[in-house]
Amino acid sequence: MAYDVWKIRQDFPMIRNGKQMQGHPLVFLDNASTTFKPDCVIETMDTYYRDETSNSHRGDYDLCYQADKRIESARRTVAKFLNAEENEVVFTSGTTDSINLIAYGYALKHLKPGDEILLSKAEHASNVLPWFRICELTGARVNYVPLVDDRLTVESLKASMNEHVRIVALAYVGNVLGYVAPIKEMAKVVHSYGAVFAVDGAQAVPHMKIDVKDLDCDFLSFSGHKMCGPTGIGVLYGKYDILCKTDPFLTGGGMNVKFFPNGEAQYLLPPMRFEAGTLNIAGIYGLEAAVKYLQSIGMDAINEHEKELKQYAVKALKATDMVEIYNEDSEAGIVTFNVKGVFAQDAATLLNSKGIACRSGQHCAKILPEVLGTVATVRASFYLYTSKEDIDALVEAVKQGGDFLDAYF
Amino acid sequence: MPTFELTPAMMREIIMDHYSSPRHKLTPENDGYASLHSSSVNCIDDIDVYLKFGDDGKVVDACWNGTACAISTASSDIICDLIIGMDEKQAHYLIDQYHKMMHEEPYDASVLEEALAFMNTSKQAARIHCATIGWDAIEEILKEHHHE
Repeated sequence: MAYDVWKIRQDFPMIRNGKQMQGHPLVFLDNASTTFKPDCVIETMDTYYRDETSNSHRGDYDLCYQADKRIESARRTVAKFLNAEENEVVFTSGTTDSINLIAYGYALKHLKPGDEILLSKAEHASNVLPWFRICELTGARVNYVPLVDDRLTVESLKASMNEHVRIVALAYVGNVLGYVAPIKEMAKVVHSYGAVFAVDGAQAVPHMKIDVKDLDCDFLSFSGHKMCGPTGIGVLYGKYDILCKTDPFLTGGGMNVKFFPNGEAQYLLPPMRFEAGTLNIAGIYGLEAAVKYLQSIGMDAINEHEKELKQYAVKALKATDMVEIYNEDSEAGIVTFNVKGVFAQDAATLLNSKGIACRSGQHCAKILPEVLGTVATVRASFYLYTSKEDIDALVEAVKQGGDFLDAYF
Repeated sequence: MPTFELTPAMMREIIMDHYSSPRHKLTPENDGYASLHSSSVNCIDDIDVYLKFGDDGKVVDACWNGTACAISTASSDIICDLIIGMDEKQAHYLIDQYHKMMHEEPYDASVLEEALAFMNTSKQAARIHCATIGWDAIEEILKEHHHE
């Protein structure tokens, strides 16, 4: 079946309802930041609040039982989506929460002075700062796998590995440049040193087919809102035996078996051990709806569509001869560029004045500029509903780059 | 109000002039400057602002340096231009009027001079902080100086 972007666009109220920005039809090219929600996600969450409200695992009545069943079903749906086991899917508030759970639940427990955590300089703040904190707390140190032509390679990882490395934490797809890391081959290298491989999947899981068994990573973190799901819900996948060696980051109701006045407490097994407090129930339902929606279109089809858009955008932007592109050959649907002679933030303001939503700056990867040689860039990022017409609008706006102050008058 | 109407072309010229050749974008080489670092979580702007006060309390020099977009570069440069020679009261009055202009409240245009080029910044609300980053830093330095 041919990919029908115009049919897909009809599923999204933010597109279908003719949303405007600055008096122009909204062209949303900030999908690496967050994504629109299809009707099915919004309605699923709405139904929970209108017709199904109940807590989970807290009562003996029908509504509560049904909530428990739905949460189990959502966990199953997500597990299947990743080719994981159900008990390897932990619901978190998002990628940041997931990575912090790895850091404070696993790394804090197992790392000691002299141990090493390997990152790259292209990592998002959420895959850098938790590790800085763990180093402060344990005496471990951070080191960086060098990028080769802006890419992570198996060879550069091999050259960075040593017997002190306990954790390797890398993004599957970089959020600034969109290069796809060879995770499967890297996992073999990491494991040959007995280290743990924590993969940041925030920019990968929404855009490509994931098989955690094939990848053989130990952890995989991602967010719901970047994949048509609600904000405030995300997932930590962890291999079950490693989750069993992970301490809870939050404790409280819903994660314990029993506890005694003497301070002794027994916790539930993973994944519930890590889900203290009332769950984000509407968020979990919404995430399940989003996963099913993406599956109905097909992850491979979405990935193909984005690749096509990327090539189309690179070609059209280059033809203007007015931009410098920093990631022409990266695989993901992300184009990172500057309009020649225009500071990134000024370019983004010009785009805003035309109704085009792009992100400018360092995109939370604050140690990347020393690699790129520019302090800031504009990032246009695509998703399943992005059309070639959206990109045409971007290209037309870029052509006016020299008049970027028009936005103010 | 200004005696002539500022056209978009004139506003553009003022901003581009201070963006492409800022007069006060430098880090002072000698001591005696009060300084403040200012950056934003929302954008890339990351600047230091420097003020030197005379014995009579007037601002005798003002400059700034750092990474900044066109709007923050030009607005920071323009306040440095305007504030030199002012006493504390005049400086606060100037900054107050500028903030009022930013937030679409009635303001006294007679003191703003080239800063009037930013009168439409509220059309790009996400950039108000660029147009005020240098101004806010200078206001902070003035307050600190007052307490010393």
